[in-house]
Amino acid sequence: MSGHKFPVEASHIKMFAHAIGDGNPIYHDADYAGQSEQRAIIAPPTFLKANHHFDPESNLRPKPDQAWRGSGKYATTQAQQGGEDGLAPKPELLHAEQHFEYHRHLRVGDVLTPTTREGKTWEKQGKRSGKLIFSETITEHRDQNGQLVVTETSVGVITEHVIEQ
Amino acid sequence: MALSASKLNRGLSHTVDLVHDLKRTQLVQYAGASGDFNPFHTDEIYATQVSGYQTVFAHGMLVMGITGKMLTDYVGDGRLTKYGVRFTRQVWPGDDLKATATVTGLFETNERKLADFDIVTINQKGEIVLTGYAQAEVD
Repeated sequence: MSGHKFPVEASHIKMFAHAIGDGNPIYHDADYAGQSEQRAIIAPPTFLKANHHFDPESNLRPKPDQAWRGSGKYATTQAQQGGEDGLAPKPELLHAEQHFEYHRHLRVGDVLTPTTREGKTWEKQGKRSGKLIFSETITEHRDQNGQLVVTETSVGVITEHVIEQ
Repeated sequence: MALSASKLNRGLSHTVDLVHDLKRTQLVQYAGASGDFNPFHTDEIYATQVSGYQTVFAHGMLVMGITGKMLTDYVGDGRLTKYGVRFTRQVWPGDDLKATATVTGLFETNERKLADFDIVTINQKGEIVLTGYAQAEVD
């Protein structure tokens, strides 16, 4: 995830706040927000992760002319099924940790550009999931003036076994 | 309204019931808002037959976002300076979620007053689904 632009827009912030069940007017009411300490609509602290929408390389959404792994006529696309055991449950990348450091909070009208680098990788033995392989990515989000707005560290994990409820 | 340092002390904790009977609809809503359409969060057939889960499960970032509402309602809008979590257990449709912030420290730097918090979110069985920390500027 690097180089693309993430425009911070009012309707997107409002939809995101709905999705996390947060009706705070600071996220949707320009009059209220204008008179608040923040002086403008700001974004919830985890809103940055909505930049998946703008990342051309994101594999988290279906794309035109590309096979998508979700179910249609079959449980997954035939291209994804592979051989006979193609439908056997296999562990997928899960989100293990997420860290944000806010230099300031996002406001409507910001246009952010991320720069990502790989961090550490490590292994651990899990009680329910077998061997766990962790990998870290660090992303700096800069605004339209080149100022650092948020530094983000995300840790993904691949488990040996699928974790049951 | 932001928190006042004079009303905080180490060990003070603040708990909020955030979700009762989490609905699959909210997972769909979060997928749409965030752009994370990984089908194991919203596609029951894929989640059970391909990924091998009992059902779909919440995005970690949804749980962090829901927990974040407790934090921002507590510390005030735009006051967080740090927020980080580990996802310790999956959150499933039907779960209830309750989040707690506990003050772990208060200090001043560059004429700003800051408070540190431990964060924990539990489900209806008392199992920890998320642990973390936050730091906020206080008055």
